[in-house]
Amino acid sequence: MTVPRTSYQDARAWRRRSAGAAMAAPALLLFGLFGVVPLLGVMVLSFADWDGLGEPGWAGQANWAAVLTDPGTWDALALTIKVMVVSWLVQTPIALALGLFQAATGRLRAMLAILWFLPLLLSAVAIGLAWQALLDPTFGLGATPGLGWLARPLLGDPDLALYTVIFVIAWQFIPFHALLYQAGIRQIPVSLYEAAAIDGASRTDRFWRITLPQLRYTIVTSTTLMLVGSLTYFDLIFVLSGGTGGPGTATRVLPLAMYITGFQAHDMGRASAIATILVLTGLALSLVTTKWSGFTRMNSQQEGS
Amino acid sequence: MNRRIALIASALLAAAVVTGCGSSGPAQTSAEAGLTMWALSDQTTLKASVDAYNADHPDNKITLQLYANDDYKQKLRVAFGAGQGPDIFFSWGGGALNDYVKSGKVAEITASDVDTSKFTPSVLKTATFGDKVYGVPANGLAPVVLYYNKEVLEKAGVQPPKTLDDLKAAVATLKGRGVTPISLAANSKWPTLMWHEYLLDRAGGAEVFDRIGAGTTSGWLDPSVTEANRLLQELVDLGAFGDNASSLSYDQGAATALLYTGKAAFELMGTWEYANIVKAAPDFVSSGKLGYLAFPTITGGQGDPGAIVGNPSNYLSVNAATKDKATAMAYLKDYVLNDSQVDAYLAAGSVPPVNGLENKLSAITTPDKAWLQFVYGLVQKAPTFQLSWDQALPSEQADPLLTNVDESFLKKITPEQFGQNMSKVS
Repeated sequence: MTVPRTSYQDARAWRRRSAGAAMAAPALLLFGLFGVVPLLGVMVLSFADWDGLGEPGWAGQANWAAVLTDPGTWDALALTIKVMVVSWLVQTPIALALGLFQAATGRLRAMLAILWFLPLLLSAVAIGLAWQALLDPTFGLGATPGLGWLARPLLGDPDLALYTVIFVIAWQFIPFHALLYQAGIRQIPVSLYEAAAIDGASRTDRFWRITLPQLRYTIVTSTTLMLVGSLTYFDLIFVLSGGTGGPGTATRVLPLAMYITGFQAHDMGRASAIATILVLTGLALSLVTTKWSGFTRMNSQQEGS
Repeated sequence: MNRRIALIASALLAAAVVTGCGSSGPAQTSAEAGLTMWALSDQTTLKASVDAYNADHPDNKITLQLYANDDYKQKLRVAFGAGQGPDIFFSWGGGALNDYVKSGKVAEITASDVDTSKFTPSVLKTATFGDKVYGVPANGLAPVVLYYNKEVLEKAGVQPPKTLDDLKAAVATLKGRGVTPISLAANSKWPTLMWHEYLLDRAGGAEVFDRIGAGTTSGWLDPSVTEANRLLQELVDLGAFGDNASSLSYDQGAATALLYTGKAAFELMGTWEYANIVKAAPDFVSSGKLGYLAFPTITGGQGDPGAIVGNPSNYLSVNAATKDKATAMAYLKDYVLNDSQVDAYLAAGSVPPVNGLENKLSAITTPDKAWLQFVYGLVQKAPTFQLSWDQALPSEQADPLLTNVDESFLKKITPEQFGQNMSKVS
């Protein structure tokens, strides 16, 4: 049985919809102007031949053919995925552990939490330069007694450089993800733990059976941010490798390859093709993460909310 | 559903941010009279020439904007691409300047604008394309020379090397004494390129790179290119560059510090390194511990022992679209490398690319005298002055060049592969 809608209800629904549209408008406008329009420009440019100086000319599919057949592109993509996967594997457990530690109350914990939050407040360039100096084999940490094992070319050895970069990225971003986990853990109702304690569950049981399942959506959020973030990660790698993605091409991830193609080789067409690949990969990645994790069906699992 | 849209939106935004990076900062346009000029922030002597011009022309001033080294080239390119380039701009000449010339962005400097005959011819050549001059030299000569720590060499009983074999022998001796024989900031890649440039020049002569620069495909396949790479890898195998060169970044200053702290014996670098060392370790220079040499010869090599490589100079060029070309040319003519500028450069330890400096040099009383005479003599006697390859070649070849140079140094590729890889790029 359908209830006929009154004009009052119609008006209210319309008002609600238009209020929503009005509130979304500034964000949509900004996003359209600075997100979508440049993106479309990049897609058009990927079919053009432009050195950044003269007039752009039509290149057809030549840029795409060149980018897709260049082994450098695939190497860069593979490196990007490696950074993504290893970063996730390194950052998630540490961030979770730190989050657990911070979530409990206590003055020492609060102080420590502030201390390791600091890297997040620094600019990536400052972090890059600082670590470059710290990791200098002759004048850096390696010169400290007891740390002699650090006196090796950590940023210069093609087999080590990528992991060194991943370590510095982790150093910068773990605090942020720890904060996410801390907030997530604090949202878990104490009653769940009390009930578990009455049932005689051990600390480990409580972690595996209450904390972790309750953190599911925090993990999804943190994972999505990490994956999409490391896909477009650029500045720190740029600084640590002296702008070259070196040694050789050992740290030349896709965003860096795009920058070098566009702003050092001045081939804007090819750089735009790489940018488009990046956008599509990022888009696919966030769609897959959200679909696979049920993020779109996300509901609170807490009672009464 | 909204969350999904939000996520897609943030993913798009993140990508757009990355895509857009480097394109910030168009030229500051002002409606007032006067011109804009862009240069690098370390060009303090050049800045003085603008100040002098402005003092003489209070109603038609030049606004000088100074930029850090790394993003200057990108900024300039983007500004010109957007039609907002400065009226006068600073460059390295060579292939990069030629890009601008080919796009019709640079005004020709004719003999009636500026009398270019006062400049060292081999230096002016780097800003000359198709017999037309597009830039005037604006600061000191920057050939690459071999610096050494006299104290370290004396302690090891090593004489300054005249040939590559001498250098190899010195490497073995120094290594035995626990000193890094040669300091090299290989992480920045371009310092390694300097070794390639000199080794090829000494082994095959200047004409090999002339062919490469002219775009002849056979140039990179010349046997002397392979030989130069073989010689470099031989030095690497001897441990000439120590264990850590690949992680040293030039801007970090560690490669320079190794030399003046006595942890390394040699460093191959441009003449700007002299000023860096004076600044970082004034006592080291004033007590006469800093030595410098022309690059050693190679026994049986084709190259002229007097030939040099490096950056002949930096140049100032005029935007073809400037609204006041006469003023820009007047500034270049009367204020750039004029008499007081030449004196200022000499006082700063740098030799400007101007002919007939002998009298000025012999009148100098500062401790820099020997150094200035060395650089001036080196350039005056040089039959050729090869511009750094990464500047001389078209800009799309610069990155593959530096990558292959680095991979040859890291021995990821064989000496033969270097030339083969490069011939595919050009």
